[in-house]
Amino acid sequence: MENKRRLLVLIAPPAIVLAIFFLAPLVIMLLYSFKDSTFGPMLPLSVKHYMNFLQTPSFFRLLLDSSKLSFLTAALSILMAFPVAYFLVFYTGARRVILLTLLILPAWTSFLLRVLAWKVILGSNGLLNQLLISAGLISEGAPILLYSQSAVLITLVYVWIPFAALPLFAAMERIDPRLHEAAQDLGASPAQTFWRVTLPLTLPGMASAFFFVFIPTLGEWVTPTLVGGVSGIMYGNLIQDQFARALNWPLGALLSVVLLVLVAVFSYVFNRFIPITEVPVST
Amino acid sequence: MIKRNIGKWLGWSYYLLLLLFLQLPILLLIVFSFNDSVLLTFPLKGFTLEWYRQLLGARELLNAARNSLVIGLISSGVATALGTMAGIAISRYNFPGREIFLNIATLPLVIPYVVLGVAMLILFQALNIGLSLWTITIGHAVINIPYVMLIVSARLSGFANNLEEAAMDLGATYWGTLMRITLPISAPALVAAFLSSFTLSFDEFSLAFFLAGTDNTLPVYLYSQLRFPNRLPLAITTAAVVILVSAVILLVSEWLRKVGTERKIRRGG
Repeated sequence: MENKRRLLVLIAPPAIVLAIFFLAPLVIMLLYSFKDSTFGPMLPLSVKHYMNFLQTPSFFRLLLDSSKLSFLTAALSILMAFPVAYFLVFYTGARRVILLTLLILPAWTSFLLRVLAWKVILGSNGLLNQLLISAGLISEGAPILLYSQSAVLITLVYVWIPFAALPLFAAMERIDPRLHEAAQDLGASPAQTFWRVTLPLTLPGMASAFFFVFIPTLGEWVTPTLVGGVSGIMYGNLIQDQFARALNWPLGALLSVVLLVLVAVFSYVFNRFIPITEVPVST
Repeated sequence: MIKRNIGKWLGWSYYLLLLLFLQLPILLLIVFSFNDSVLLTFPLKGFTLEWYRQLLGARELLNAARNSLVIGLISSGVATALGTMAGIAISRYNFPGREIFLNIATLPLVIPYVVLGVAMLILFQALNIGLSLWTITIGHAVINIPYVMLIVSARLSGFANNLEEAAMDLGATYWGTLMRITLPISAPALVAAFLSSFTLSFDEFSLAFFLAGTDNTLPVYLYSQLRFPNRLPLAITTAAVVILVSAVILLVSEWLRKVGTERKIRRGG
């Protein structure tokens, strides 16, 4: 009984705050998606926006495109971070933490300004074009990359590599070195040791890395706005637009609900196979 | 052995290449903050401290920076307190509904911020609460609670309950034990959690964009400036300063950590 009271004192404040400021907003957002217009009354409920959504193929296309882009972003970030995490954990001994810190330092810089830096690099008078011109590869400055989906992809991969590296690093660090010795004593080649010992043990870290890059990228709208231009917009831009410019809040709410359902389905499936244990926190 | 050396050599090359890739854009910003031109293009025009001079007089920008600092401190404080309570509860109690609580409390980790921002905006509008720095603070506290909870519970699950049980067997009250055993045990986790919350809040844009009233945070202010090409140099100079400050903080905290551990060793010996 006494125990119960103590537990209640501990759990009630965070539970109440999360209920009011996290769960309630999501429920109200769901209700809002049935609202007829932004400024009108709540009742009667209307499925107008749902019909609109179902009859507009470009919504689906953008959702699919954004999912693909997020998948690519997560996959490429992991692909680029994996070798470096492997090298740091297994080859650099005690210096590995400071070497890792150097690598993830950029992640502490303003996200907006990191994106801005890429605008400077990819622009028509940017670093990349200047390099290509002086190398004689292109004749004159053309914004070959800025304002495209590739620009969004490059920038996002750049932004996420440090966050992908953290869970990979943590997972590899936890591997008992004796397992490698055992594998080699039993006659495994280095390649076999990698494929059959190291990689399987790194899988949970890789899954976390994928998850924590894929989900935020799916809701991205800032990077596409800054470096993507018209051809590089993502599904998140659609949502942002309903609130910032079009002022169609019910449609925006509906688009958010759809994204939320997608994320929920994805999280559920994901969690069934690999429970989330690694959370990339930069300290 | 030779193979291992080749591996090491390849590893170092790749590490340096990736380091260059990750740091170059940051260096670029710093270089341009000294460039004597409004345009962020090559070739560089010449050295100037003009942007730094202008920064000192940029009242709106400094205001926004101060807002971000205050929001960061308050929201991280709140998140650390609430997240620690939740962390202790889930690592020290087995209660019905624990799984459900855990699932809901970690949900803010996986929700795209654009969705949460929009949802909170609708809530505040429905409750007739005007947007202000407070609404941003609430948003930032909510997204940081799960991080704190996971960091604290990870720390606590590394310690068995014995210490707390011993304290209570020796006559300490439950809350006394909590204050004098459980919290000191979690102290490193609390500091780490607070710092990571602060970092997240200070830089968070997507949520703040939807929840900001007339007062801006630094990221919201910078975003509003990005539309005007002639204001970019000032934005970049801000970035250079933030980079410098965080590098100094990082070095100081590393140094403090070192001094702290050395003292401990000396005292022990």
